[in-house]
Amino acid sequence: VSITVAPPGPAEPVHSPTVIVGRRKHKRRNPAVRKFFFKNGLRVFVIGYLAMLVAVPVATIAYRAFEPGFSTAWRDLTDPGGAGTGDFVHALILTLVVAAIAVPLNTVFGVGTALLLARHRFPGARLLDAAIDLPIAISPVVVGLSLLLVYDRSGWIGSWLAGRGIQIAFSIPGIVLASAFISIPYVAREVLPVLQEIGTEQEQAAATLGAGPIVTLLRITLPSIRWGIAYGVVLTTARVLGEFGAVSIISGNIQGQTETLTLYVSNQFADYNLVGAYMGGLVLAVISLLVLGLLSLSKRKESRSWRSKSAESQSASARQ
Amino acid sequence: VRRGIIRSSGPGAAVIYLSLLVLIPIAAVASQAFSGGWSPFWGAIRNPETWAALRLTLLSAVIVVIVNTFAGTAVAWVLVRDKFPGKKLLGALVDLPFALPTVIAGLTLLTLYGPDSPIHLDVANTRLAVWVALAFVTLPFAVRSIQPVLEELDLDAEEAAASLGANSFTVFRRIVLPSLAPAMISGASLAFARALGEYGSLVLFTSGLPFKTMVASIRIFGFVESDDYQAAAAVSLFLLLGSLAILLALGALRRHLTRDEVSA
Repeated sequence: VSITVAPPGPAEPVHSPTVIVGRRKHKRRNPAVRKFFFKNGLRVFVIGYLAMLVAVPVATIAYRAFEPGFSTAWRDLTDPGGAGTGDFVHALILTLVVAAIAVPLNTVFGVGTALLLARHRFPGARLLDAAIDLPIAISPVVVGLSLLLVYDRSGWIGSWLAGRGIQIAFSIPGIVLASAFISIPYVAREVLPVLQEIGTEQEQAAATLGAGPIVTLLRITLPSIRWGIAYGVVLTTARVLGEFGAVSIISGNIQGQTETLTLYVSNQFADYNLVGAYMGGLVLAVISLLVLGLLSLSKRKESRSWRSKSAESQSASARQ
Repeated sequence: VRRGIIRSSGPGAAVIYLSLLVLIPIAAVASQAFSGGWSPFWGAIRNPETWAALRLTLLSAVIVVIVNTFAGTAVAWVLVRDKFPGKKLLGALVDLPFALPTVIAGLTLLTLYGPDSPIHLDVANTRLAVWVALAFVTLPFAVRSIQPVLEELDLDAEEAAASLGANSFTVFRRIVLPSLAPAMISGASLAFARALGEYGSLVLFTSGLPFKTMVASIRIFGFVESDDYQAAAAVSLFLLLGSLAILLALGALRRHLTRDEVSA
């Protein structure tokens, strides 16, 4: 019986075995090798692109600002007799004042509009929804021009206000208007999806328990959208502090008077006071880094509160 | 009664705020653009310097949006699928152009790629400078539109395709790309709108040289400086309508693609 099982003869494989093994080896290795090169090539490309476009330029500005030494740079900026002649401090304060007015305005508008769009039906809701995004699609220069045409002394509204002694263009109110214009969308766009996601169950429960609309808003709605608001407020603040094109038109760019921090940087650069320009730029760059930190913090908090909430609802439904 | 008041006054207040801030000013631009009728409007647009600026703006926006859609997809891919130390830092870097004021963006690019470049690479005041600056400011739009979709994407389909013998390029082209396409287009629309109107990052880095590096927004600024509001408004309106048309076209393309996906 055992004799019938013949051992495989050397002539049995028709093709040369080395070719097959070689091909198999080739086939097995090739995707891995390609994947290795693809993965690392992509990684190198992405790191290189981000480094050359973003990281290295921003690092260079910090280097340039401190090239003459930190104490020299700071004295130049703050000393009334220095190169900056105190304009830096004035610009910094003006920028903060403008943000302190424009950001709350847009926060109230953004939360209010998001509530309207998420909770009420009214004619023109879709138009309002679309109009909120308009500032993103408009060039800052066009924003400045459009405000100038309306609020200048010869403008539609500006002429009426000028008769009452109120000046908007080339003064602080104009800067506030421009900053508010360009930063309209951010709070509304962050809050609206959160409102749509959480639904109206809790608000209805509060209403059936006898809470009025204001109590419901303060105790139910606002607490559940607070991280959305925080995210939107940080984005709004970042845009307001950094606005340049619109502000440079509507403010008239009067040195020491309507000069915001971004205008200060460009004016110092134009005056060949590079240290002033780099220091102003560095201050704004540090503010943007802080903004990024706050954004990732509020995003993490938001997702955490979401996760705990969905876990709660899951356990609640499991109990049922 | 209180609900009724909220219901009627809420939309009213929102509309008044938007009107005073956005709608009336934009209407003023349109009105000013045609203040002398059709021929001054067209004259301002067809002025050779303006026309060159408009053409450069459109050309640059197209180039930069295409480059950044590919680069942004690569960045999003690495941020979602790849793992290496420092990846979080890389992710934070992507948002920096959004948080950084545009004029500071221009200043930083000028510091590295300008006449005083520490790496001896001077591209300031060239068209390449226009493209680098626009690539800088539009980078977050591409990445941040694609990244969430890529995160949600199911690996099952890709693994199934790979086990059926599709190589990684085929998997990407047939499985990943169709799901990403709508997000890529909406990122491209945002980047497009931004690139057409960009001003702050270009003013220091490109100097806005006529016929060479001057884009439409710098041209408008020049008209405002010389008190030629009619010409400034004409170019502004043209730019507004152009970006509106591009946004509508890209929106239609995105809807077309998502409809295909649903029917399939």
